[in-house]
Amino acid sequence: MNKKLEGKTGHEYWRSFEQAAETPEFKAWAKHEFPNEPEIWDRGTTRRDFLQLMGSMIALAGLAGCTKQPVEKIVPYVKQPEDLVPGRPLYFASAVTLNGFARGVLVESHMGRPTKIEGNPAHPDGEGAADSRTQASVLDLYDPDRSRAVLANGELSTWTAFAAAVARRLDIQRIKEGEGLRILTRTVVSPTLAAQLSDVLKQFPKAKWIQYSPVNRDNAREGAIRFFGSDYAVRLHVAKADVILALDSDFLNDGPGSLRYAKEFASRRRARGGKVLGGKMNRLYSVESSATITGASADHRLPLASSKIEDLLVAVAAKLGVKVKTAQSFSEAENRWIAAVAKDLSVNKGRSLIVAGDHQPAAVHALTHALNRALGNNGKTVAYTQTVEPVSQAQTAALKELAADLEAGKVDDLYFIGTNPLYDAPADLIFSEKILRAGFRAHLGSHEDETGRHCHWHVPAAHTLESWGDARAFDGTVTLIQPLIQPLHGGKSAVEFAALLEGKAGVTGHDRVKEYWKTVGSIDWDKSLHDGVVAGTAFEEQDPAPAAQPDLKRTEAAQAPEGIEVNFRPDPTIGTGESANNAWLQELPKPITRITWENIIAVSPRTAAKLGIKQGELDTLDAGGRYAKSSVLWIDWSGRLLEGPAWIVPGHAEDSITVYLGYGRTRAGKVGDGTGYNAYALRTSASPDFIRGAQVGVTGKKTAVASTQDHGSMEGRHLVREATAAEYVKHPEFAQHLVHDPKPNETLFKPDEHLKAENQWGMAIDLNTCIGCGACTVACQSENNIPVVGKKNVLNGREMHWIRIDRYFEGDADNPRMVHQPVPCMHCENAPCEPVCPVGATTHSQEGLNDMAYNRCVGTRYCANNCAYKVRRFNFYNFVDDAPSLKLLRNPDVTVRTRGVMEKCTYCVQRINHARIDAKKADREIRDGEIVTACQQTCPTQAISFGNIKDPNAAVTKDKADSLNYGILTDLGTRPRTSYLARLRNPNPELEPAAEGSHAGGGHHG
Amino acid sequence: MPAEAIMADKHSKDHDMHAHSAHEVQPPVLIGQHTYGSLSDKVASIPLDPKHSKGWIFGFLIAFSLFGLLHTVLGWVFAWGVGVWGITNPIGWGFDIINFVWWVGIGHAGTFISAILFLVKQQWRTSINRFAEAMTLFAVACAGLFPLLHMGRPWRAWWVFPYPNTMGLWPNFHSPLIWDVFAISTYATVSALFWYTGLIPDLATMRDKAVFKPVKMIYGMLAMGWRGSAAHWQRHQMAYLLLAGMSTPLVLSVHTVVSFDFAMSLIPGWHTTIFPPYFVAGAIFSGFAMVLTLLIPIRHFYKMKDMITDKHIDNMAKITLATGWMVFYGYIIEAFMAWYSGNQFEGFMMLNRMTGPYAPMYWALILCNGIIPQLLWFKRVRLNMLSIWLISIVVNIGMWLERFVIIVTSLHRDFMPSSWDMYYPTEWDWGTFIGTIGLFLTLIFLFIRVLPMVAGFEMKELLHHRKKHH
Repeated sequence: MNKKLEGKTGHEYWRSFEQAAETPEFKAWAKHEFPNEPEIWDRGTTRRDFLQLMGSMIALAGLAGCTKQPVEKIVPYVKQPEDLVPGRPLYFASAVTLNGFARGVLVESHMGRPTKIEGNPAHPDGEGAADSRTQASVLDLYDPDRSRAVLANGELSTWTAFAAAVARRLDIQRIKEGEGLRILTRTVVSPTLAAQLSDVLKQFPKAKWIQYSPVNRDNAREGAIRFFGSDYAVRLHVAKADVILALDSDFLNDGPGSLRYAKEFASRRRARGGKVLGGKMNRLYSVESSATITGASADHRLPLASSKIEDLLVAVAAKLGVKVKTAQSFSEAENRWIAAVAKDLSVNKGRSLIVAGDHQPAAVHALTHALNRALGNNGKTVAYTQTVEPVSQAQTAALKELAADLEAGKVDDLYFIGTNPLYDAPADLIFSEKILRAGFRAHLGSHEDETGRHCHWHVPAAHTLESWGDARAFDGTVTLIQPLIQPLHGGKSAVEFAALLEGKAGVTGHDRVKEYWKTVGSIDWDKSLHDGVVAGTAFEEQDPAPAAQPDLKRTEAAQAPEGIEVNFRPDPTIGTGESANNAWLQELPKPITRITWENIIAVSPRTAAKLGIKQGELDTLDAGGRYAKSSVLWIDWSGRLLEGPAWIVPGHAEDSITVYLGYGRTRAGKVGDGTGYNAYALRTSASPDFIRGAQVGVTGKKTAVASTQDHGSMEGRHLVREATAAEYVKHPEFAQHLVHDPKPNETLFKPDEHLKAENQWGMAIDLNTCIGCGACTVACQSENNIPVVGKKNVLNGREMHWIRIDRYFEGDADNPRMVHQPVPCMHCENAPCEPVCPVGATTHSQEGLNDMAYNRCVGTRYCANNCAYKVRRFNFYNFVDDAPSLKLLRNPDVTVRTRGVMEKCTYCVQRINHARIDAKKADREIRDGEIVTACQQTCPTQAISFGNIKDPNAAVTKDKADSLNYGILTDLGTRPRTSYLARLRNPNPELEPAAEGSHAGGGHHG
Repeated sequence: MPAEAIMADKHSKDHDMHAHSAHEVQPPVLIGQHTYGSLSDKVASIPLDPKHSKGWIFGFLIAFSLFGLLHTVLGWVFAWGVGVWGITNPIGWGFDIINFVWWVGIGHAGTFISAILFLVKQQWRTSINRFAEAMTLFAVACAGLFPLLHMGRPWRAWWVFPYPNTMGLWPNFHSPLIWDVFAISTYATVSALFWYTGLIPDLATMRDKAVFKPVKMIYGMLAMGWRGSAAHWQRHQMAYLLLAGMSTPLVLSVHTVVSFDFAMSLIPGWHTTIFPPYFVAGAIFSGFAMVLTLLIPIRHFYKMKDMITDKHIDNMAKITLATGWMVFYGYIIEAFMAWYSGNQFEGFMMLNRMTGPYAPMYWALILCNGIIPQLLWFKRVRLNMLSIWLISIVVNIGMWLERFVIIVTSLHRDFMPSSWDMYYPTEWDWGTFIGTIGLFLTLIFLFIRVLPMVAGFEMKELLHHRKKHH
């Protein structure tokens, strides 16, 4: 009994001896007690819901309100921590790692609880911006499903016991020089961890350290080696490029440098006052198989099967004078495209850029290096540095070798540091069987996941916000990771785990990281911690000479087999599966498809017609209701089978389909389990990026896919207004002439009635720079305690996001243009929602905010009905998950809403109030830029401006004064405070001749 | 034709000739050789019969079990929230408000018959007004449930009333929902008073006829000491006239205000100036249809064809036809205006109604409310009880569909195509709807069992007039 309790650290209260021990007897008793619902005991929700129902029944019986409230003592600090003012958050610089790479962040901490992750303005990647996954990682910290104890063969144990066991195993391995020792990690970009593992390899020379991330840069590595002779990291200078060709690359939204690249890309898209800022707008060509954000942002997008992109590049290369064995022919339209791109690239030598996606084969990467070099882009728009990961490895090959070693019985001790190969390893390696050959398996992971449960030992991993560490960003800049909170469940960091293997069992994470940096040289530890970057650690840019004989050979294509190409892509929101238990990311609509809570098989409209897929239109009446709209497909590739729902994606390449990794997990936790299908089942080590010649068909089954936007056409309404850059220069005010709005002050009432108070808040969103990534949605969710509702309720249209991204298609269904429009509350000066509320729960503030008094709301939903912009969100149920750990996550400045209450964007009124208090204390006005809304703060492309529209010098006032500025549905007389800056495209006149006499490009919509 | 009927016909003809000096032949509104006593007996016999008829028990049990369903649904909705219904984000109102408007509409016929037809001296109303008024009250009771039920936090429902409080908070008098609160509660109150005032002389008759002491006492208390003196009669008639005067504008105002819930908004398909008259006409249309639906079986089962004559049915059918045309005219004007306004959103809304996903509902509505009632032009149809009963049910369905079309098709595709969605009712939606039908029928069954469903004293007045003129 006591031994079991040793395993618990900190304040873990136990209710009974049986519970504390979790004895088999107790479990058996629990099973016996709840025979039909064995999951009730494991899963908090059901029991809680049961209690809720019981509670409300008691309330109905008139017995409520008589319970004694628990005594809560309020005790002041004996020693007041420095800088801590109750009610004001503190911010700490740190890093969150995505696939190993650092995202520099500032973490907001309320009274010791990290509540929100924001970008670190001092960090080179986002300069204050953060992507959705980085921000959502704070939810992982409080995930109620995280593993909470060291487990030995599934039984409670302790870290000490584990350390002792490891020491014993290492003693044996030491004799064998580590011959049977294997360590499997993800891509390691942490200098300390890499040094530690190298140290382990030094102590055990025959041991092996394998890095494996399911989506890795094997192809890029191989491509660099082919061209330069050794591996280099590519760094883009997107801001310097006038013409960009992206080859199946989602560089604006995916990968370690994406935040930076998106920002630089946006810097060349802005226009004000009839001029494109920076003189010339860049032009992005994108050729891709699946539709991505980069493709949607492109001026010219060509859908092409992944396997044909190499041919396309070869064709472009031929026109640029780089001769490679040429291959298949293209259609006339495609040839025109190729010629135009090649011409544009060559005209803009030194100002052009070719980017290859990581899942394109090595040959494409090698040829890209050659072309960038030939175009004189090196050192200008593209640069090379040493690889960011200290040890660059051919990961899939390394994993394959590990599998072979396991098979051969060569592996005795196998350590998994944050990896989950039983879920994400290529299917042909059959890891689930092979790892059983290793006699000692230990797993460090945040959850007792698919791999963890098949290990002898499982150690709970500390979250990044709980641990010391370090990591490099895309350019090599190091961030020291500092903990903001004691490990909630006594987790251990990778550094601490690796220290065990080094034989430094007693060393803390803090000491080990510090020790490493002492060996490197002197860094200013305190300053580095404070700033969130270690000064001068970015890698120097190099201009490596090509190898003597650059290897530009084509990918050996096995004769093109009959059948369909299948692409494997990481899921756009939950990645390769690590974030599967993150409900914010699960409910964040995936860019382009707007699907939540699962992965789909993306199919182009033509391919769908060929396959006979009948996707019920989501917005037609269906006898089956909303629940059975999508056909389930089967995919058969060399005997490997997969089933998943088809989803027709306009703009997907033909004869090619895309499956998304990251779903179909079985031990992710309550949130992630049972969502989607597992695409790894089809993925082999030989072709992890795309396969050709798959047989695909419809199963006849139907399923429900939860999409937040069922209708993709704008129906001729001028919601997103668009023109080409050339048209804009001719007619800068084109956006104003599409709708005949009432004149600003055409009213019988006092026209400026709404402008009395000194501060009048307003927002402008630049559609020209918005790429539709959805980071704002997560930022808002985190800032404003917005609940998630689950798949069923998303299917019912009840998602709660206060800022949504609308996506519209226009033009040809095979290759449509895609536009994004973030929609928060418009804070109409003449708000239709306000007069209809029977209890006056939504009213207008003096400062022009459309306020929502949750306490007063009775939930008639009339306001939502009468909102022209449909931004109001209703709590149809009690959506708030009150798991104890999630309570710690909430922003104390924002009310948590109950069932039956309407809510919507407040322009982050809590931030406005903080600024107001500060200004009042200092007896001054609120400065422009002092209030930054959550969505604005995190936007990678800085598309949002916010401030006092009465201040003529405020950034938002200037944006709103611009000719691009327009409001949507202003003809209703709503006078929205949120306005948009019209979108501009920069098409190549050779591919898209200017429309005659048109001064309103967005005239034709779907 | 039995001799009795021929006689009655003759009487009636004579009576009408005297009364109106008109030469056209009027069908009778009271058939048979009734005396005051026989009328009293007939009217009072149903509530005072100590034995429940098998048919009544059977009907009541069905109604009551549906009422039980309502309880289950209410418990579920209160326990979990309105999310159990099919309402979604753009479609914030579904069955809740559809049913509300439907029931309020049904609750229009009673007061129309009692008050307006009383003021314009339509004597044929006497045998049906009591029943129609009771139906009105029960329909309004069903309707009244929904504003409470549809709220996200129904336990805060009292906030919609203007009551003095320390926070100085008042409801928002700009909101049509608040106007609803006043309109519906006033209507319910005045209708109840009107109905009760009309009941008093008959309650006294019941008291006098009751044999069983407790029953006698209950009717006695309810009769408030009515002795039938001339002073009583004089005051009663004055009160009744005044209440009729007060009710008359309410008949028109209630559905006008209900229509404001939609007309005052900016949603295409709601924001329409034609709504008030069109809603009022629709309400009377549906109210008369419901009266027909209920009275035709009742007069059959309780053998009341002498009091509720074919003439009544015929008249009601004519009113149904007339109001049906007003409603149909509304549909035509709505479509015309959508085109004529040149407004892109209005035009789309109309097109979407006619060709969008809910087009079957729209065309069913046109069929039910516009086309099928045209059969009522034919006298043969009006006098065939089965056909008119079926038509009345069709109209009830049509009016329900009308509210469905107005509410759902307007909301599901409004200004922002990105937010368009579909509305699918859930089993809890149907449960709520059927449950309120259960409540309504339960009340109807109880009413015909404990209260005189025909205004006995007014019938006697009619008889008196007939005799006087004879």
